[in-house]
Amino acid sequence: MKTYDLSSDSLRELNQALHDADITASEREWRVANPNGAHNIACGLNDAISVDIDGHAGYYCAGMNQKANVTVHGNVGVGVAENMMSGMVHVKGDASQSAGATAHGGLLVVDGNASARCGISMKGVDIVVKGNIGPMSAFMGQSGCLVVCGDAGEALGDSIYEAHIYVKGSVTSLGADCIEKEMRQEHLDEVSDLLKRAGVETDPAAFKRYGSARQLYNFKVDNASAY
Amino acid sequence: MTDKQSNPALRESATFGRDVIAEIQRAAETGIYDIRGWGAKRKVPHFDDLLFLGASMSRYPLEGYREKCGTDVTLGTRYAKKPIVIDTPVTIAGMSFGALSAQAKEALGRGASEVGTSTTTGDGGMTAEERGQSTKLVYQYLPSRYGMNPDDLRKADAIEIVLGQGAKPGGGGMLLGQKISDRVAQMRNLPMGIDQRSACRHPDWTGPDDLAIKIAELREITDWQVPIYIKVGATRTYYDVKLAVKAGADVVVLDGMQGGTAATQDVFIEHVGIPTMAAIPQAAQALQEMGVHREVQLIVSGGIRNGADVAKAIALGADAVAIGTAALIALGDNHPRYEEEYQKLGSAAGYYDDFQEGKCPAGISTQDPELSKRLDPVAAGKRLANYLRVITLEAQTLARACGKSHLHNLEPEDLVALNIEAAAMARVPLAGTNWIPGQQF
Repeated sequence: MKTYDLSSDSLRELNQALHDADITASEREWRVANPNGAHNIACGLNDAISVDIDGHAGYYCAGMNQKANVTVHGNVGVGVAENMMSGMVHVKGDASQSAGATAHGGLLVVDGNASARCGISMKGVDIVVKGNIGPMSAFMGQSGCLVVCGDAGEALGDSIYEAHIYVKGSVTSLGADCIEKEMRQEHLDEVSDLLKRAGVETDPAAFKRYGSARQLYNFKVDNASAY
Repeated sequence: MTDKQSNPALRESATFGRDVIAEIQRAAETGIYDIRGWGAKRKVPHFDDLLFLGASMSRYPLEGYREKCGTDVTLGTRYAKKPIVIDTPVTIAGMSFGALSAQAKEALGRGASEVGTSTTTGDGGMTAEERGQSTKLVYQYLPSRYGMNPDDLRKADAIEIVLGQGAKPGGGGMLLGQKISDRVAQMRNLPMGIDQRSACRHPDWTGPDDLAIKIAELREITDWQVPIYIKVGATRTYYDVKLAVKAGADVVVLDGMQGGTAATQDVFIEHVGIPTMAAIPQAAQALQEMGVHREVQLIVSGGIRNGADVAKAIALGADAVAIGTAALIALGDNHPRYEEEYQKLGSAAGYYDDFQEGKCPAGISTQDPELSKRLDPVAAGKRLANYLRVITLEAQTLARACGKSHLHNLEPEDLVALNIEAAAMARVPLAGTNWIPGQQF
C-alpha cells in the first residue's frame, strides 16, 4: 500500500501520482494520512484503484471520480463525488452540501447524514444515505437513485426529471412537480439492490418512492404559479 | 417590416409604438412572455460612438502594406502550464450543440482553426465534430453540467467556468422541447421533447471563496495544464472582475448586453446588463488596480461586428474579443437566400431571431436533420475564415494608422467619443475636447 501523508506531502504530489497511469498500474492500494480537511483530495481519478483517506476531507473529495473506490474515514465537505462517472465513494461520517452533485454514475454511500442539495442535478449516480438529508435534495435530478434511510428536509425533488427517490423516514415537504408514487416490485428490487451494495440491512418495503409528476416538462402558462 | 406610412397626418406614439402595441396584443393573446434568440435589439451606446485619432504630426503611423502589426495573443499565462496562443484576437464564443446543429458547430471549428483561433463549447458538452475540427477548443463548465465529463475536460485546451452571459446575467439557459432531438437528449441525459432548463447557479459552490476551491479542483483534475477562464455577464463588472481574479482565474471573459443567446425572455435580453463599451473600462480598472492587466487576460464579447469594434475593445483594455452572432451570420444565418422561408415563419432575412423554435432555414440554429443538411460545414467554415481575416485586417489597418506595431499597443489615449454618453462610459474624451465626464482634468 502506497501512503501519502498530507502533513508533509503536498496535495499536488498526491493527485499527480494518483493520475499517473504508470504508477497506478502497479500501486493499486493507496492511503492518505493526515488529510486535515484539505480540499480536492483524490479528485479526477481514472483507474480502478482504492484510496483510503484517514480523517476528514474538505470540498470536492473524489470529485469527478471514474472507476476508483474511495473511502473517507471521517466527514467530507461540500461536493463529495461531484460529477462522479463510475466507481464508488464511501463516506464513513457525515457529508456537507451538494453530495454527489451532477454525478453521472457510480455509487456514493454516506454512513452519516448529508446536508442540503444532496444529489442536486444528479444524472445517473446512485446515492445511499444511511442518515438524514437536508433541504432541496435531488433538485432537478435527471436520473439515478437517491435512497435515504432517515428523513428528508424541505422541497425534496424540486423540479425533478426522472431520478428515483426513496425515503424510509419522514419528508418535510416535496418540491415543485415532485409527488409520491406507487412502490412496485421493480422499485422494491431497485432499493433492495442498492441497500445490499451499501451494506444496509433494512426492509425495502419500509421506503416510499417519490418522483416527477411530469407536469412542468413543457412550459404552460397555467402552471406559472409553480415556477 | 416597413416604416413607410402613406398618410403623413397619422402620428405614431413614441411611447406606444407599433412594436409595443404588437407585443401587448401578442401577450394578451398567448398569456406567455416572448422568448427569442439573438441579443439586445435596442440601441445602446456602442463602439460606433468612438473614433480613433490617427497619427499625423504628433504621432507616427506605420506603413499599411510594409510594416508589421502583430495580432497574436497568448491566453492563460498566469498559472497554466500550456497557455493558448491564438493568431488573431478574435475568438468564437460559447455556443452549444443543441442550440446549433452539428454542422454549424463543425463549421465554426473549421473556420476558426483555419485562422488559428479558438472555439468554445456550450451547454450539453463536447461533440466529436467540434473537437475534431477545432485545433483550440475551450470547454465550458456550466451550472447545468449537461454532458459534462472529465474525459472531455482533459481533452480541452482551456476551461471556461460560466457564471453568466451578457444576454441574461442572472439567468439560466433554456432549450425548448422542439430542439431536444435524440442525440441532444442523450448527451444531456433528459427525455426527448421536454423543455430543458439550465440552472442559473452552479450546484456545488456559492460565492467567490467557494469558486477559488472549485478552480483549484479543476486545476488538480487537469494537472494544472490548461488555462481556466471565468465568464461573466456585464453588470457590476468592476467588482466581478476583482473577485474573478481573486478566485484564481487565468482569463476573464466579459460579455456585454448586446451578446447573443439561443433562447431567453425578451424582457431579460433588453433590460438586464450593461453595454459592452461601458463594461470594458471597469474591467480594465479592476485588473490594473490588482496589478494583473495583460497578465490575467480579458476577452470581451457582445456586439463585436467588424475590425473597428475589435480595435476599440482592445484599445479600451481587452486582450481579445469573442464573436457569436457575427460568426453565425458569417456561416449563413439570416441570409436573403432564404427570404421566402423566413417570411413563412413570420419573419424576414435580417430579422429572424426565433432560434428556440428549431426551424432555422439556414440549418444553423436547428436540430432538424433536413434543415441541418443545408449547411455545408466546409463552405460555411470557409466563409467564417474569410470574415475573421477581414476583421483582423481591419483592426490592423486602424492600429497601423495609430502607429502601433501590435494590436495590443492600442490604448484609450487613441480614442475619442462622439457624444457625452460614450465619453462617460468609455472614459475617453469627447471629440475635440479634453473632457471625460466624471473625471477631473
